Formats: sequence, C-alpha cells, structure tokens
Amino acid sequence: MDVMHNFELYQPGSVADAQAVLKDNPDAWIIAGGKDSLDWFKDRVKQPPALVDISGIAELHGITAQEDGGLWIGATTTLTEVAEDAAVREKFPMLAKAAGLVASPQIRNLATLGGNVAQDTRCVYYRDGFPCYRAGGNTCYANTPTAMNREHTMYEASRCVAVTPSDTAPALVALEAVMVIQRGSRQVEVPASEFFIGPEIDITRMTVLERGDILLGVKVPGKWAGSRQYFEKAADRNVWDFALVNVAMAARTEGGKITAASMVCGGVQCTPRRMSDVESLIVGEAPGAELEGLVKRVAARGARPLNFNHFKVPLMQNLAARAVRSLAV
Amino acid sequence: MCPLDIDLVLNGRPARLVAAAAVRLSAALRDHGLTGLKEGCLEGECGACTVLLDGAPVCACLMLAGQAAGRQVVTVEGLAAAPGGLSDLQRAFVEEGAVQCGYCTPGMLMAAEGLLASDPAPDEPAIRRAIAGNLCRCTGYAAIVKAVARTAAGRLAARP
Repeated sequence: MDVMHNFELYQPGSVADAQAVLKDNPDAWIIAGGKDSLDWFKDRVKQPPALVDISGIAELHGITAQEDGGLWIGATTTLTEVAEDAAVREKFPMLAKAAGLVASPQIRNLATLGGNVAQDTRCVYYRDGFPCYRAGGNTCYANTPTAMNREHTMYEASRCVAVTPSDTAPALVALEAVMVIQRGSRQVEVPASEFFIGPEIDITRMTVLERGDILLGVKVPGKWAGSRQYFEKAADRNVWDFALVNVAMAARTEGGKITAASMVCGGVQCTPRRMSDVESLIVGEAPGAELEGLVKRVAARGARPLNFNHFKVPLMQNLAARAVRSLAV
Repeated sequence: MCPLDIDLVLNGRPARLVAAAAVRLSAALRDHGLTGLKEGCLEGECGACTVLLDGAPVCACLMLAGQAAGRQVVTVEGLAAAPGGLSDLQRAFVEEGAVQCGYCTPGMLMAAEGLLASDPAPDEPAIRRAIAGNLCRCTGYAAIVKAVARTAAGRLAARP
C-alpha cells in the first residue's frame, strides 16, 4: 500500500553541494520536511527520479535577529521552532500562531517554514492526478456544475480555481516579509506579496521558484515588529486540516484609533489575498461595533464563489470583523 | 539504487537500518522487527506511527528512513526498561482503561512521552494539545488524558 516509486536520495551538507547535485540532476526534487512531497509520491502522481534532502544543511536552519528589529528565519526551520521561538512570539505573534496552527504536532516537528510557503495546492482533483490545466491538461475538473469545490477559490480564477493552502503565507505577506532565493550564483530577494503567483502568471506553479532554485529563508522586517497582530484559521477540523479561510492582520493604534493596518486572507484565491478594502476602511477609525459592521460589508467585496463555497463569503467577512474587534481591547 | 545503510541510535542503542531510498521510516522500523508502531493513514492524520525523533514526536510514515541517519529514534518498544515490561506510562494506560482496540496506543504513548519529556507538569489542555495529532477511533480520549496526567503526577511525586 502506498509504496513510493524508486528514487535516488541525495543529502548534501551545504547549499553549494545541493546546487551541484541539482545541476547534475535537472529533474531532481527538493525536500526538507517532506510533508507535501511524500503525499505526492505515495499517490504516484509525481515521480521525480532523484530527491535532494536539504533538511541537514545547517546554514538554512535557525532564527536570528536582524539590525532593523526584524528576524531572519531559515527555510528549514521547523514550524514548531517558529511557533515556540521567543523572538517570533514577541515580535510577530501572528506568525507564531499561524505556524502553530498548521496540521498536527507531529507534522509541525518536521515540516519547515520554507515547505509551508512552497507547498502545492490541495485541489482534490489536481492532487488525485486528474489531467487538469494545472497538471498540463486542458480542462478544470473543479469548476463544473457538479464538481466538489467547497474548498476552492472566490477570486482571480483563471482556468484553475485552486487556492493557497498555507497558514504562514498570509502572515508573511501581511508582515511584508521578503523571501531570499539562491538562483545560480545570485541571491534573489522577492517580497512575499510577489513570491506567490496566480494561474494567470503560470498555471503550473504556485510561487516564483524555478527549477534549480533553493529558498534560503525569509526576512521578516522590523516594520511590524511589536504591532497589534491577529491570526485566525477556520477549518473543518481543528487539527491536521488545511484552512477553509484564514486571516492575518498587523495593525497599529494610537489614541483609540487605528493608524496603520496590513490584512491578508488565505484560502480564497490562488495567492494570499490582500484585503485592501478593509485596510483603507479601518485606518483612521476607532474599532467598535459600527466599524465591524462596515468591515463585514467590504471584506468580501468582489467575491465570485463557485457552486459549493458560498459559505466562504460570510466566513471571510466574520474573520475580518473579528480581527478588527481584537483592536478594540 | 542500492539500499542505504542508515546508522542511528535506536531505542538507546546504535543500530543500522538497511532500506532503499524510497522506504519510509515507519516501514524500515517495522522491517527491523519493531512492529509496535502502526501505519494507519500514511498521511499524518492518525498519528499511529508516532516515534520520538531527537525527543520530539514525529510521524514515521511521513519521513524517509534515510532522514533518520545520525538521529536518535525511540519507538514504543523503547519505553520499558526491560523487554516485556511496562513503563509507568504504559502501566497507567492499562490501569486507566486507556487501551481499547489498541491500534492508536503506540502512537498515543509516544506523543504523551514526548510531552512529558518537555513538560513534566502538563495541565489537561496541554495534554489534549499534545495528543491532538493522534486519532482514537474507539474515542477513548478521556481515559488517555487521565492516564497521561496520572503518569505526570507519579513522576513528580517520585522526584527526590
């Protein structure tokens, strides 16, 4: 049962060695925690001939303070480490909370931050190996009159209706984090808001990562350190499950009024969705019942639900309102 | 693609697993004779394959055997001091009736042991969080939580 295909396993000890292996094995697949990867392999949907396990590369692991008051988080730092790290909890509590709400304790002990942001979508048709647009085919099985699409998108569908499954991605976008990628001999820095890409840009991948790239880590700038932060995830199960909708918010308040806000929602489109309507509504206002009512009215503006995911509209509205409510205390 | 020689510390002793690259740690351990852990779902939902990796509970079915090289792995067979014996945690499971069909038990024990190693005095929410990644299809959670709490209390009382 669930026996994986045969492959070669490489376990390089440095980024340079990993790059050398990737150069010699252009079809190799990078794993670290291996959570998303083994799921693909056991179903025999993806069968790369070689794996490059980067989980043992010391330079990719760990959390260090940055001069600007922010943090550097290495790509193979586990979600448990992110969730429990004192500096992350103090500066970026919503990132700690998001990491701590991923999957289960056992999975968080191996799954990495890099893997959580680089993981593929969970569309059941795509994961089950249907030859859909994203898999290189010529149709979408999730957007038909009878398709099971309660977990799918409400925004920016472009042939594909899959959504981002990550809990840490919306938090990192809201915190204006920067992804650092080793591409050949260069280090490329990509803002989290541009790291995730939708089907209109490339329907076959979820991020800007290209073959041969290695995600080194994430710079979380000091800009939102110590701000008021909120993260909430709504899923069918409290444990193990992916979010139906999640919301991440960083904000600052002064004299009872909201002076700045950055709010991002996951699970509603292929990439984390910035809630700019809510942001511009609440800045300058005092949190309270009246503002929450207005937030609910604008939070899901422009949503185009599919047949079975209309419930995501009030979910998104209520999560946004609850985030704003957290500023009232 | 010859099999890998995977040297690790298994239940406190140096050991070598021989497995192909595509073999999961759970399968390699069972092939090694350690059949206590169970492969339930093979996707991290049930936790029946839980082992301790450098002290932390992980799903052995969701990592490659090769990824355990050089690490410390403890399986349910490593809990008791002597073969055939029971640890205090295992005895508490028996005495609280925390074992029904038994399929989840090895994973529950390892998740609980991982908790007690890092938090010697867990309250009930902490115990529930620690076993959140383990499913008991008999729904015997109340007895399991009691057994873990009883073990923690026993270990604290036994401290010099």
